[in-house]
Amino acid sequence: MNARYLGRKVLLLVPVLFAVSALSFLLLNLLPGDPAIAILGPSATEQSVAALRHDLDLDQPLPVRYVRWMGHTVTGDLGRSYVSNQPTVEAVRQRLPVTLELLLLSQLLALALAIPLALLAASKPNGLLDRASTSTAFAFLAIPNFMLGVLLIYLFAVRVHLFPATGYTPFHDHPIENLRAMALPAVTLGVAELAVYLRLLRSDLIATLQQDYITMAQAKGMSRNHILLRHALRPSAFSLVTAAGLNLGRLIGGAFVVEYLFALPGIGSLTVESIFKRDYIVVQGTVLLVAVGYVLANFAVDVLYGVLDPRVRHARATA
Amino acid sequence: MPEPQPDPASADVEHGSTGRRRLGLLFWASVGWLGLIATLAATADWLPIPDPTRPGVAPARQPPTLHHLLGVDVLGRDMLSRTIHGARVSLVVGFSSIAFGLLVGGAVGVLAGYFRGRFEAIAMGTVDVLLAFPALVFALALVSFLGPSLGTVTLAIGVLSIAPIARIIRASTLAFAQREFVLAARTVGARHRRIIVNEILPNVIPAAVSFALVAVAVAIVSEGALAFLGLSVAAPTPTWGSMINEGRTVLQDAPHISFVPSAAMFLTVLALNFAGDSLRARFDVGEGRL
Repeated sequence: MNARYLGRKVLLLVPVLFAVSALSFLLLNLLPGDPAIAILGPSATEQSVAALRHDLDLDQPLPVRYVRWMGHTVTGDLGRSYVSNQPTVEAVRQRLPVTLELLLLSQLLALALAIPLALLAASKPNGLLDRASTSTAFAFLAIPNFMLGVLLIYLFAVRVHLFPATGYTPFHDHPIENLRAMALPAVTLGVAELAVYLRLLRSDLIATLQQDYITMAQAKGMSRNHILLRHALRPSAFSLVTAAGLNLGRLIGGAFVVEYLFALPGIGSLTVESIFKRDYIVVQGTVLLVAVGYVLANFAVDVLYGVLDPRVRHARATA
Repeated sequence: MPEPQPDPASADVEHGSTGRRRLGLLFWASVGWLGLIATLAATADWLPIPDPTRPGVAPARQPPTLHHLLGVDVLGRDMLSRTIHGARVSLVVGFSSIAFGLLVGGAVGVLAGYFRGRFEAIAMGTVDVLLAFPALVFALALVSFLGPSLGTVTLAIGVLSIAPIARIIRASTLAFAQREFVLAARTVGARHRRIIVNEILPNVIPAAVSFALVAVAVAIVSEGALAFLGLSVAAPTPTWGSMINEGRTVLQDAPHISFVPSAAMFLTVLALNFAGDSLRARFDVGEGRL
């Protein structure tokens, strides 16, 4: 890994993080009317509105407010809920493990099925398995997660009582119950990813298999499996890594819907509940944290991209 | 797996035979379904169907009957009428948000991919910032702070479609900007404008159109997700997402309430994906077929 390339990437993080924080900060300004009244509701007393205006520095000019807000933010203070009085950071810390488990399980499920299926499909393009998996993936892509979730609940919780429809058990309390509760949400979230990864990797593999060096390898009498795994997989994994990174954003968005649907106590349901309660400070805090997490994940993907494809690494280092 | 006999470049031959296929029956079926849905949505007010917001046209949760072909919902409102009226929200949000995104994101992507340099750094930095907001969370935040309405939902989805469109178009432009025919045009002294219009755009536009159709599907799903969470057009107006959510609590006795709008949305999204994909397969000039 080229140190200069990495250095440039790290430097690029600074403006991105600044913009993400500024946009999250400005969200409060989108509220119609006085943010303090929007947060406390129309029945709030004048004193409490004045106190909140002071807390949020609403009497200060915008740049001053931003600097003060950033000062609080970098010291780990994202304000507190005006409904439960709980600090936002505390609420997020309680719920983060649930969201991370959901994301991890669904992503593992998708990749564990997509890679072998794509290899099999690409090794015989237009074969039976290829056509079956491609068209199934295509159909699954058209099923939004909230729809698939409702369907899975209907099939496996209402018709056949195989899994709980809603609810959550912490992993350290009861691992089996935890996985049972996570099964339907993880499948709901993972199926669309599986379809995306399968399609991408399959088509990239087929394109790679037409390259001259593959013909060369075939001419040298290498076995199909060897060519697929050792020669074709890495250059084809290229779009897969980008997609996996970009999909993380969709996955987090999907996690919001899935957590709401299955009543899992994660960051998504925290945000959605806070929106319903007009608890805007908590919404602002969770949006900021999720976006920062996503920026860092994207950064990791970008670096990995360079590791996978020396052409990019080289081009960027000399650019 | 061992091949029984030498198999000269089977992948090329097989792949080549599927290239440049005609737009098949399924493509036209997709176009037909989209046309049907669009026509029904446009003429909904004149169709002989009950008011979608009038409760009690039949006993609540009644399954499909001859009078109410798709049944009625928990408040006794006609599901056929609600599904047709729900299509309006989905289609308006889906198409107008992507039209907006394509205009802005497409221009940014082509210019960034072609000129590279400082403009690319600034444009793609901005795109990274936009992409740094997980799409649905971004829409969720915008809509909840601005207040949910048809306008804010369209705006939020349109703005968040700019970044992925710009990124895809830039990647597509990059792929062509280094190709031999562009280098050739540059060598013989063609101006940037001419290269972009004559060499880059004809190659990028088919990809953009097929991507846009798929993007409309994504936009429709995003609107559905927001509506499912109760953050789209307000309550009595039917939307597919909110209808699916309403039926969720009565899956046991009246699954049709969730499944009817689900089927409508599924077919629409499938049709858009299929049309986009067929166009891509039709127009995509892969290396293997040159």
